[in-house]
Amino acid sequence: MTPAVNQMPEEHYLNSTYGIRSWLLTTDHKRIALLYLASVTFFFFIGGIFATMIRIHLLTPTGYLVTPETYNKLFTMHGVAMIFFFLIPSIPAVLGNFLVPLMIGAKDLAFPKINLLSWYIYLLGGSFVLYSFATGGLDTGWTFYTPLSSVYSNSAVTPALIGIFINGFSSILTGLNFVVTIHTMRAPGMTWFRLPLFIWAQYATSIIFILGTPVIAITLLLAALERAFHLGFFNPALGGDPILFQHLFWFYSHPAVYIMILPAMGVISEIIPTFARRPIFGYTFIAASSIAIAVIGFFVWAHHMFLTGESTYAALAFSLLSYLVALPSAVKVFNWTSTLYKGSIAYDTPMLYSLGFIGLFLIGGLTGLFLACLGLDIHIHDTYFVVAHFHYIMVGGAVMGYVGGIHFWWPKITGKLYPEFLARVAAVTLFVGFNLTFFPQFILGYLGMPRRYHNYPPEFQVLNVMSTAGASILALGYLLPMLYLTWSMRYGKVAGRNPWPATGLEWRTPSPPPTENFDETPVVDWEPYDFKNRPDLGLATPTGPTLAPAHGDD
Amino acid sequence: MQAQLPFSPEQASNFAPSVDTLMAFLILVSLFFAVAITAAIVIFFFKFRRKSEHEVGVPIHGDLRLETLWIVIPGFLALAMFGWGAVVYVDFRHPPPDTLDIYVIGKQWMWKVQQPNGRREINELHVPTDRDVKLILASEDVIHDFYVPAFRVKMDVVPGHYNTMWFRPTKAGRYHFFCSQYCGTNHAVMGGWVTVMDPSDYAAWLSGSSGAESPLVAGEKLFTEKACVTCHISNGTGRAPSLNGVYGGTVRLADGSTVTADESYIRESILVPSAKIVAGYQPLMPAFQGQLTEEQILSLTAYIKSLQSQPIPATGAGVVTTGKK
Repeated sequence: MTPAVNQMPEEHYLNSTYGIRSWLLTTDHKRIALLYLASVTFFFFIGGIFATMIRIHLLTPTGYLVTPETYNKLFTMHGVAMIFFFLIPSIPAVLGNFLVPLMIGAKDLAFPKINLLSWYIYLLGGSFVLYSFATGGLDTGWTFYTPLSSVYSNSAVTPALIGIFINGFSSILTGLNFVVTIHTMRAPGMTWFRLPLFIWAQYATSIIFILGTPVIAITLLLAALERAFHLGFFNPALGGDPILFQHLFWFYSHPAVYIMILPAMGVISEIIPTFARRPIFGYTFIAASSIAIAVIGFFVWAHHMFLTGESTYAALAFSLLSYLVALPSAVKVFNWTSTLYKGSIAYDTPMLYSLGFIGLFLIGGLTGLFLACLGLDIHIHDTYFVVAHFHYIMVGGAVMGYVGGIHFWWPKITGKLYPEFLARVAAVTLFVGFNLTFFPQFILGYLGMPRRYHNYPPEFQVLNVMSTAGASILALGYLLPMLYLTWSMRYGKVAGRNPWPATGLEWRTPSPPPTENFDETPVVDWEPYDFKNRPDLGLATPTGPTLAPAHGDD
Repeated sequence: MQAQLPFSPEQASNFAPSVDTLMAFLILVSLFFAVAITAAIVIFFFKFRRKSEHEVGVPIHGDLRLETLWIVIPGFLALAMFGWGAVVYVDFRHPPPDTLDIYVIGKQWMWKVQQPNGRREINELHVPTDRDVKLILASEDVIHDFYVPAFRVKMDVVPGHYNTMWFRPTKAGRYHFFCSQYCGTNHAVMGGWVTVMDPSDYAAWLSGSSGAESPLVAGEKLFTEKACVTCHISNGTGRAPSLNGVYGGTVRLADGSTVTADESYIRESILVPSAKIVAGYQPLMPAFQGQLTEEQILSLTAYIKSLQSQPIPATGAGVVTTGKK
């Protein structure tokens, strides 16, 4: 790094125009990414407050803080805020929006106005959900199982369902925008197999957005209609089938897990080769595994329903398919680990997040095998084992990827460097705090503590107190980056074009980039993550034998 | 039987040792991969540290043999996990013959239990050791789930469906049961205790019953009160088929298909008779949807099940082949 000679560019996307209108009516994908950054951070904050209250409440067996009604609302609203309004849009709408055009050498997304529209749709959907939270709350669980949600619940279910229904269009439009952009707007020389793996991950995610989201939209609409007009889709008293709701719900909501984790995997696939300074191991396998996860992910939904009374044959088929979808994830982990081999490894903050991601995703993924196992699911289904498992995937995986990605591209987004030492401390704090919070929950689950319990038998208290103690460390790990990243926007050192250095196109333009992204359309004549043939990076020529011919047999 | 895993509940049913052994297998496989990958990361972390600012790594792009290896080996391990898990699950989903049948009804936020002789319990369940017990589960409102950690089994309790679950208690004692499907405000207190007793103690406990009607007797009364008996005449001369021998047998329907007369079929035929019309009969029966409580439906079902051993008339039988053993 040579910060001494770096200067901020005179004009860039942040200062090219001024005023609130220039932001609220912008069609610049980079500014829209920042609008999303602010709004998903807001929902993360809300969901985080609910989570904090949950953990404090569970300090004692009889419940420490709130009434049962309030507790049920807390975990429901925590789930709805975090899943639909933070995790699903986080990486695609923030980092994806910012990076997809930059990484493929385009000036913007294919439909800049639709991109802005999707943010407004997100805000509208979010307003309905906040209205539900503020006027009676929501106590159905984020899964909205019928007939509890459609008949029995006394909380503000309908506005929440409408909010999530509206928000779905935001996902669909973002997905369409990405697919069209990646197909039609790649720079000369940017062939499909020269695309950064982050782009492959965004592409796979977009496919799920487009194919899956309409299903959840219509499902929640049917539940809302049943609630409002007693139409009898799911209520057995009116001739409906409550299990049908679960099939429709999970047909989207299981692939939605891959919406959360695939983009994070894309982030990790960018960071690891950068800080190991060598090509990623098995590029085509990592790219293909993203597509495989997106496709197979649509055929595993009923593994959430092994104990609803579904037929034994269905259970066998869905268990087998669930093991099948685990293989492409395993392939990624093996390839990332192999990328470290004979690298030149630096432990900058994004790399710490990536290594942390591998560790936590590994535990999350392996415990998924336990839940896919029919004979174990009859014991651990709907216990804290499940809670621990999906937090390892969604928080340990997706959020670590997101925060790691924010750090990695922060110099590009703001033109400034964050304080490195503090950032490393925060990364380690997050990793330790996360494990202390959620590992005890695996044990609680195997001991038999069901999820969504506002009180519990006294023998479960020790593990619950441990979990709450861990959560306080975890909270610190989230607050630190919010503080120093904000601080660095004004006071951070100037980053320069390519501080790491990394090989992607986004690093060939000034930081922050100009509104048009590139002064002239870039031409790509190098393979992805190829440090050897990039004299412009100012690195040494690698020594030692080339063990495999450059890119072709992998 | 094998040693108990640390951090696991007591083993009190036939399923507990098999679930725990399966768990041990998955933990071993997972530990192997977790340790191997973590070790690789830690070793690479130190061995391949960047030594100078401009150093670059060795450009290795991949290796087809390695990729094949780490797809095929985990693939076989996954198949082993799937197969072993399937064996336990299929066993759990198929109750053996001659079970002790206990009716369990979930409603917001309590469990009502009825023993075969009619003895009722609330949030308590008494079962004998070394006897195959089958719970027939019904819900009066939302979806619940009956879960006994010490038995390692659970099953959803779904309104409009019957689900069944079975287990063989192996160890006397008192164990928690929970509702493990979120069901609204007091979900967390919708639980109770399973008391597993020696068979003689169980028999003594059962005979200390308050003299409540057994489901069978209650069902027989209902069969007359609700006028079922006026059409379903046992000698087959009524406007509806005789129900003798129906339970467990095969019934031919008006559209030519056949169906096995299990608890769910009987339930549906009471609540929505038009759903499946027996061949040769008119759709005359009124629907009882919303007319009967879950307990009444269970009692009627118990009575119809008891007709399994009655002589089947030559004509007017509802059943084509019986399920009698």
